[in-house]
Amino acid sequence: MDNYLQEYFPILVFLGIALSIAGAIVLGSLIIVPQKPDIEKNSSYECGFEAFDNARNKFDVRFYLVAILFIIFDLEVAFLFPWAISLGEIGVFGFWSMIIFLIVLTIGFIYEWRQGALEWE
Amino acid sequence: MILEALAFYVFSGILVIASLLVISARNPVHSVLYLILAFFNAAGLFVLLGAEFLAMILVIVYVGAVAVLFMFVVMMLDIGPTELQQGFLHYLPTGGLIGIILLIELLIILGGWHFSPELAKTVGAPIPPLTKETNTHAIGAVLYTRYIYLFQSAGIILLISMVGAIVLTHRRRQDVRTQKISSQVNRHPRKTVELQNVEIDKGI
Amino acid sequence: MAEIWTNYGWPLTWIILKIFMIIVPLMISVAYLTLFERKVIGAMHLRKGPNVVGPFGLLQPIADGLKLFFKETVIPTGSNTIVFVLAPIVTFVLALLAWSVIPVGAGLVLADINVGILFLFAISSLGVYGVLMAGWASNSRYAFLGALRSAAQMVSYEVSMGFVIVTVLMCVGSLNLSDIVEAQRTVWFVFPLLPMAIIFFVSTLAETNRHPFDLPEAEAELVAGYNVEYSSMTFALFFLGEYANMILMSAMTVILFLGGWLPPFNLSIFNLIPGPIWFAAKISLCLFVFVWVRATLPRYRYDQLMRLGWKVFLPISIGAVAVIGGVLVASNILPLNNTG
Repeated sequence: MDNYLQEYFPILVFLGIALSIAGAIVLGSLIIVPQKPDIEKNSSYECGFEAFDNARNKFDVRFYLVAILFIIFDLEVAFLFPWAISLGEIGVFGFWSMIIFLIVLTIGFIYEWRQGALEWE
Repeated sequence: MILEALAFYVFSGILVIASLLVISARNPVHSVLYLILAFFNAAGLFVLLGAEFLAMILVIVYVGAVAVLFMFVVMMLDIGPTELQQGFLHYLPTGGLIGIILLIELLIILGGWHFSPELAKTVGAPIPPLTKETNTHAIGAVLYTRYIYLFQSAGIILLISMVGAIVLTHRRRQDVRTQKISSQVNRHPRKTVELQNVEIDKGI
Repeated sequence: MAEIWTNYGWPLTWIILKIFMIIVPLMISVAYLTLFERKVIGAMHLRKGPNVVGPFGLLQPIADGLKLFFKETVIPTGSNTIVFVLAPIVTFVLALLAWSVIPVGAGLVLADINVGILFLFAISSLGVYGVLMAGWASNSRYAFLGALRSAAQMVSYEVSMGFVIVTVLMCVGSLNLSDIVEAQRTVWFVFPLLPMAIIFFVSTLAETNRHPFDLPEAEAELVAGYNVEYSSMTFALFFLGEYANMILMSAMTVILFLGGWLPPFNLSIFNLIPGPIWFAAKISLCLFVFVWVRATLPRYRYDQLMRLGWKVFLPISIGAVAVIGGVLVASNILPLNNTG
């Protein structure tokens, strides 16, 4: 158990070091270099125009659909990982079990395709 | 050992604080960012427990996918704190009713829950060390064979959610011209290009 | 006191030393990757590329870095300051953090965890956040559009990457990166799994927002995508993070398909050359292809990009999981429990 955690400890240290490097170079530049902000410089880039309104407005629902489909396929992949590495032990039965699972999801995939949900218009 | 305990308290402390900030932050985008922080610390706790596979899946699925969707929703709707509170009273009766029903259901489940008699034996059984049997292998060895019904129902739930997402969000637009690659490839030069011998000073 | 030092002090110092042995060469390679890219593209365009600063322009990356460091950090008025500054830091830290599990040679790895490939997959799926946070916090139309495109593109290709990784794992039987490399001692996976390797490599191009999938940064329409509003070191961190990600993705390709640190043939002459050098050479080859693709191919259109991800790569990789699994089960050559 201790041995196992020893493998993870360096990752934590690495995270700390990487964060401090990133913070240090941003802060370093911010402190050393003279900052002369003015209104024009700090306004958001809009090809020289004044921005009409807030840039964060509503957008196509399609992006949500992509995100939802991504979650579903990501879960599918999550189910595949343990299956892939223990296929040698669970043998033919385990293999067909996964194939049925994949067929069920392929039905959903075909439905998506037929509905045109994968189309980007 | 001290380090382990220290890591536990740091992870769980940040986890609790981050979860409190999720519900108290005024900006919804900040809420989602705190939620992600909470997920990371939960993953850290899983690693401390020895459940490394679950820790990674938690990060991949919840942070890498589910929180991305949340982020999409809160960023792009751009709801200010005032707009969030506007409909509060209006939705209170329905929302409260659903909340109470869920609470009662949870209580019923909790009331019917008891330790199975074989539990003492299972808990007492020695766990093979991680160097011999990684927990990914352990999950793979039983999930697809012994728990096949649960596994297949998970598949069906995923199918239903896929269909549901499309039914709810997909609108077919009529005014678009999509690229039809097969017809582009099938075009033959003989049908589309015509060679003409144009005489001078005369049109076709 | 002395006991604490021997128990915790020395190991910690040693770990920190090892971490710097990863970070310093990585940062130098990132800096010279930018020069390499400009030189190679220059040569492909029959130009000379940067050649003024130092011999053959070798000091160019350092000059670029210094210039960026001494610029003013502009934080736009309408932006959300904390998230705005956090976004490049997230990108940069993630690109570095992934290197803690990459084995550069036999046993030469900082953290040899059992679920190494999942760790890498997790890190690469978090790359979306830097982009999304930057685009949202900037409060600029171009940045916002760039971030949206980028996020949708990254998640789309993430899926097929996952399935391709599964096909490799079936041939290995372990999630440990060193085991994945060792399993390629007889034959590199690029030969039996060539279509998968191609899909993986193309997906890494999309994941890193590189040509021909660099729509998020399309100069002509979005002026630079999600990092329009960034300047000085905040911009530099994005830049470093992106190039470190390119190296990381090449390293993943090398580990999964090109046999990691193993020499191409098991000959004594090849075995004389140490593993890390093979590893670096293979990564350089992948990076050359990255640059070559950029110099050669035109940009994809967004609908074509989504079609390629969802309608071509995804069905092929799901099918490949079933077919390769079937072949392995039928011919009974599956790897048994070889936990390392």
